[in-house]
Order: sequence, then structure tokens, then C-alpha cells
Amino acid sequence: MSRVPFYLLVGALLLIGIVLTIFRHFNYEVPFMPGEQRQIWEVEAQVNFDADNGPVRVDLALPSNQPGFRLLTENTASSGFGLSYLRDDKARHAQWAIRQANGPQQLYYSAQLLVTDGEEEFLAEPPALQRDIGWERPYDTAAREVIDQAHERSADAFTFTRELIKEFTDQRQGENARLLLSQYERPVLLTRLLNQADVHARIVNGLTLEDGRRRQSLTPWLQVFENDEWVLINPRTGQQGKPDNLLLWERNGNAVLEVQGGSDSRVSFSMLRHNEPASVAVRNQFTDDTLLNFSIHSLPIEEQALFKTILLIPIGALVVVLLRVLVGLETSGTFMPVLIALAFIQTTLITGLIGFLLVVAVGLVIRSYLSRLNLLLVARVSAVIITVIAIISLFSVMAYRFGLNAGLTITFFPMIILSWTIERMSILWEEEGPKEVLKQGFGSLLTAVLAYLAMNNPWVRHITFNFLGVQLILMAMILLLGNYTGYRLLELRRFQPLAKDD
Amino acid sequence: MWATPAKLQAKGVIGMNRRNIRYIGRYNDRRLYPLVDDKLQTKLLAKRHGITTPDLIGTVSTQFDVKRVVEMVKDAPGFVIKPAKGSGGKGILVVERQQDGGYIKPSGTRIERVDLERHVSNILSGLYSLGGTPDVAVIESLIAFDEVFAAYTYEGVPDIRVIIFRGYPVMAMMRLSTAASDGKANLHQGAVGVGLDITTGAALRGVQFNRPREDHPDTGHGLASLYVPGWDALLHLAASCYEMTGLGYLGTDMVLDRHHGPMLLELNARPGLAIQMANGEGLRRRLDLIEKQAETRSVEARVAFAQQHFAREGELASSA
Repeated sequence: MSRVPFYLLVGALLLIGIVLTIFRHFNYEVPFMPGEQRQIWEVEAQVNFDADNGPVRVDLALPSNQPGFRLLTENTASSGFGLSYLRDDKARHAQWAIRQANGPQQLYYSAQLLVTDGEEEFLAEPPALQRDIGWERPYDTAAREVIDQAHERSADAFTFTRELIKEFTDQRQGENARLLLSQYERPVLLTRLLNQADVHARIVNGLTLEDGRRRQSLTPWLQVFENDEWVLINPRTGQQGKPDNLLLWERNGNAVLEVQGGSDSRVSFSMLRHNEPASVAVRNQFTDDTLLNFSIHSLPIEEQALFKTILLIPIGALVVVLLRVLVGLETSGTFMPVLIALAFIQTTLITGLIGFLLVVAVGLVIRSYLSRLNLLLVARVSAVIITVIAIISLFSVMAYRFGLNAGLTITFFPMIILSWTIERMSILWEEEGPKEVLKQGFGSLLTAVLAYLAMNNPWVRHITFNFLGVQLILMAMILLLGNYTGYRLLELRRFQPLAKDD
Repeated sequence: MWATPAKLQAKGVIGMNRRNIRYIGRYNDRRLYPLVDDKLQTKLLAKRHGITTPDLIGTVSTQFDVKRVVEMVKDAPGFVIKPAKGSGGKGILVVERQQDGGYIKPSGTRIERVDLERHVSNILSGLYSLGGTPDVAVIESLIAFDEVFAAYTYEGVPDIRVIIFRGYPVMAMMRLSTAASDGKANLHQGAVGVGLDITTGAALRGVQFNRPREDHPDTGHGLASLYVPGWDALLHLAASCYEMTGLGYLGTDMVLDRHHGPMLLELNARPGLAIQMANGEGLRRRLDLIEKQAETRSVEARVAFAQQHFAREGELASSA
């Protein structure tokens, strides 16, 4: 049987892959290196609601230029709805309307925001004080006492706000604070109290930008004014100042989403960061989706964020193939290390390694007891799964109690895979002894760490996400490796006695 | 510590990748795998082809029947329970004799009825089978191995592995269990591998843990005097497994029974490469020679061809 078709296939894959990559590099000016670039955030808002079989009007507040972010382009997707962008005073919003709609509806808005190093403050006019704040019977005294207490411990509007927030944080929460919190939501309550104390303040809604996040919602922040200055204060912690990755979506104290003629409305956000060279970022061409521009970059951001990880998996697979075919490393479960490596990306390496070893070690101890109970296999593995979940929960709680927030990421481990790993290692222990368990365990971890290092490399992430042609090149490489009949590295040691004596 | 690839190549040593692609991939039709991966099927097939295998006591295929195992083995002095689809010797339980309701393993450890039942239950759940698929437990009577090997083994049954390539026996070795291997016949666990001369069935060379060995580590008996009686018959039996299965690259595991002579224990469609270590020789040259043989030969002619071309001098000092 001829191998010619095989090599033709590999050659074709390589060729197409390289051509696609080069085409993308020159035609779209996507650089091969992730360096010297501007960051661009793509943020997508998805509005969901149920239309009541009649006319519908949807108002969505939109972000505008602000320190740290410049709005490049914006797009919407909404079948059948009429759309207009409205601008009054300083607020911008999109208004969708339709004469007749029924059932669940989805509207999309996406914006590309360029990260700038905006140090300058933007001006904001303080909102008018709400004079007519009414408190019901027991709440009025509670409010007064809380305000008085915070007032004593503060010098100006900003310190006053911080003290006020402290009154409501867990450690110092007094009786009055608890009473008030039982009636009002925290941000609303805080603005009421501030207004009561003659401090100009309002709630603004911000979006915390984190790469690849999906289904996020806005968080309320307090904007507190004094004289010509204002600051942003986190109503949950009392921290002052705007974090760099906070995008103020709505900053005039208005509603973010208003739907008339629909119910059960909500808005959720997906976001994705990508780097583009300065020139491209500023020009930000968005060519039409022709067949040649067939790329995942034309997908909604939510799916793109998903693909950012999915496109890394072939890299992990390549590492496994290399280690098994060229080195001859033994692992417990062929692609288990790739899944562990994916978890490492979420947990960071050291935390991940410690977490993995802890879970597997404790799991093995408990599994050795289960093996004495004489159970059927499926039941036993299920019991191990529950044990693994229990271990992970326990470690999360313990890590949190000790203030090790990194420990919480242990939940990213694929639990069913871990359970099977424990089951397999336990059987290996019983049949071949602890030495073999250590050998395979070491092989698996080494593979996982190498796969992690490859997949977490910024250049690799840049290349796999921006050049889909690379996937074809990877495919060709894996096919070629599948054809390798030479020795494995570890075999050079294994068969060494055969080479020696003559 | 390390050999260069060129040197291994010159010695004709075959690596895993080459074995997988060049021999298993090319000569073993995947369709035929179930014949050897399922020991029950192999057994029934062997019976049809007149090849002797250990007596079948019974099979257990449902958890409901697990309780019947004790009844099945009631009259057997010694027996072996194995998963039909097991691999690498996993899940094989050997019971040498029964004693007041308990079962004595070759190591002398006693196991109880519940242990026996749990083992069978584990086999049925697929614990030892390839891919974890539900399996069948096969119960066979224990082989009474030939006394000539008594001095060369510790607890286990010494078996003879012959690689059959396109029907020609190309290389053979005997695997002797040791205390280090815990009575198991796997070389990587510490069993002694003894290369056998294809022409005569006499020992060529012994290795344990990849190092040359002149005697059995537990019995102290010199390996030089080891030879397999009735070698020709054994080779014929092994070579005829090619017609039986149609697999071109086949590992046959044989035993010599005191009463019934050579028996087929099991077949392996992915035989390991340790046999090269035991023989101190790469497989490549022999496989290349066989690949050049165009004409179809009978079993007898193939065995004769192999015996004529693969003769070797032993490397062991014949002190015994």
C-alpha cells in the first residue's frame, strides 16, 4: 500500500495552513508577535426578554469615551427591530422598537474599546440632592444613628462615605445597619444615607473587564462628589478609586435597561481582550464577512471567548503526542494531562499542582477504604466522584478561611476525570505496587505541566487564536508524528544492553 | 546508560513505534482482534482447530451468577479465574488448592469466599477489561506444569512466548516468575526472561531487570540446563495459530502440561518487545527475512524454515 496519498494530505494541510497564516498576516496585518500592541476589549451586551405580544420598546444605556477607554466601533444585531442611537446631555443609549413581538427576544450590542492610558479625570456634574427622602418608622432613627456615627469619624464627604460603608461591612455591622439592610439594597441604601447627610452621590454601573468572561453583569459603584471633585467608591469594600479594568457603562445614575412591552428582561455581558498593533487598532477595519474572511473572529464575542480556550487544546494534544511517541512517557489516561493542564490555566501552576496532589492523595486514601467495602465498579467510581467533590469543597472552604483565595480555584479541576485517575491509580497500586503509581503519576504530571507551559505561553495563545491556519499545521505535524517508526527516547535506555555486547 | 539510535538500528532492535505501525498496523487486521482479545473466543476457536487449551470449568457473565462460582469450582483442586478481555495479565487470580472453605494462592496467602466473589464481580464490571467494558469471567482448571521446570520457577507457572510472524515462529522466550515479580510472569515486574533457541528449544540467555542472569534468583538453579522438551510440537502448535486467527504478527503464550503436553494459554495481538532483551537480539533481521518469503508454506515447512535459519549458540556457561 502506497503512502503517497498520506504525504499528499500532509503536504496539502501544511500548504493550506501556511498560506492561510501568511494571508492573514499580510492582509489583515495581524503580527506574528504579540508585542508592541494596543489592547482592545470587545464587549458584547446581550439583552434577553419575553415580549408580551404587542409593541415593544427597549432602551439600553451605552458606554461612552472615558479615561482608560476609547470607543472605537459599535455594532448591534436585532432581527426585525428598528434601532436608533439617542443622545441627551451626556448619556447615550440605544433604543430598539418593534410594532409586534411575542415570546423570547434577544438583542445584541457590541463595542470595541481601545485601552488608553487616560490619567485625566473627566468632568461630571454632581446630581441634585434628593431632599424628599422618606424613612419609615423604625428606619429613620437607625439611619440617623448610622449617619451620626460615621460623621463623627470622618472629615469630608469621601471619608464619610468610607466610614458609612464600614458600618455595613461584616465585621462592624451593628444592629442599626442590619435593620436598614433588611429593608434596602446596599447601594440604594448608601445613596439614600449620603443624600440624607447632604453629600452629593449617585449609583453608576460598571463592568469589570476580564479576558474571556461570559455572562457577566454590571456592578453598582458609588460616585461621591465634593466641591469640584468626585471619586468612585466600591460600595462593597469601601475602596476608593476606579480600578483600571473597570468600564463605566452607565454613569449618570439612570437605568441601564428599560423594556416596555416585555417582561423578565435582563442584560448580560461577554468580553474578550485581544492585542492588535497600534496602527490597526486605531484604524480598526472591520471588513465584510466574505468567504476568505472565514474566521471565528466573525462570531459573537461569547463564542469567541470559548474558542480562545478550545483552540489551545490541539497544542496540548501535540505535547501529549510528542511525549508519548518521541519520548515514550507513560501517563495515566492518554489525554487526562491535557484536561489537567486546562485546569492549571485557571488555577495557576503552583496552586494547581498542590491542589492536584492534595486531591489525588486524599482520594487514594479514601479509595483504599472503598476497595475494602466490596462494591460494584460503577458504584465505587461514583462514590469516588462524590468524595472528590467533598475534598474540593472542603479545601475551598479551608483555603477561604485561611485567606488563601488562590485555593478557591481548585474548583476548576475536572472532577470526573480526577475520579477516574484516582480509581486507575488505586488499581495500579494494588496490582503493580506504588512504584508504578509514582512513575505514571509523575509522567502524567510532567505531561500536564509541559502542556500547561505550552498552552499558557502568550505567544502560543496569540498565534492559535489569531491564525486559524496554524490548526492545519498542527494537524499535519500530528499526522506526521503518527507515522514515526523510529525509537523513543526512553527506549534508547531500555534497549541499551542490546547495543553494548557483541 | 543510553544507546545511540544508530547502534540500535544496526543491531536490528525494534522500537514500539515501529512495532505499532510497521508490524501490528500492517499485518494485524483490526477486525480479527476480538478473536484474541476475548480469551473465551480464543478458547472456543482453538477447540475447533484442535489446539489444546486448559480445561474450561465455566464462565460467569452476570452479577447474579457470581454466587455460583463457589459451586463451580467445588470439585477442582486448583483453578484460575481470568477476565475474558483482560490485558497484560491483569485480573488473573490463581488458586492452587482449596482448604476448609478457603482458597490458597500459590504464594500461600489464603483468601475467602467473599474475596473470590468480589474478584469475579470486579471482572464482570469491566475493571480489568480494555476500555472498561463489561466483561465475562473465565474459570479454567489449573495447569499441572511439567516437572522439568520446577527448579526454574517461583510460585508461578513458567510460560513460553513465541512470536509468530506471518505463520513463522521468529523468536521465543520463557518467562520464569520470581519472588521479585510476586509470582507473575511479567518481565518489567522482575520475572526472568530466558531466550530460547528456535531450533532446539534450549536456553540462550537469561535477563532480569534488563541485566544478564545465569541462574534463577530464588532457586539458584543454573539456566544453562534449561530446555523445553517436545519443542517441535510446541512450535507447530504455536505456528498453527496463524491459520487459526489470520493475525500476521502474533504473540502466543504456551505452557507445557505434565499430562497434556503443550497447551495454548492465550494469544496476544500486541506482543511486547521484551523478548528482544531475553534473546539479546533485535527482531528486525528475522522479520525482514520472513517478509521476503513470497510462497505460502505449510505449518511444517514454516517451522522447518525457521529452525533452519534462526539457529543460535547459547551464551550461558554450561556448568550445570
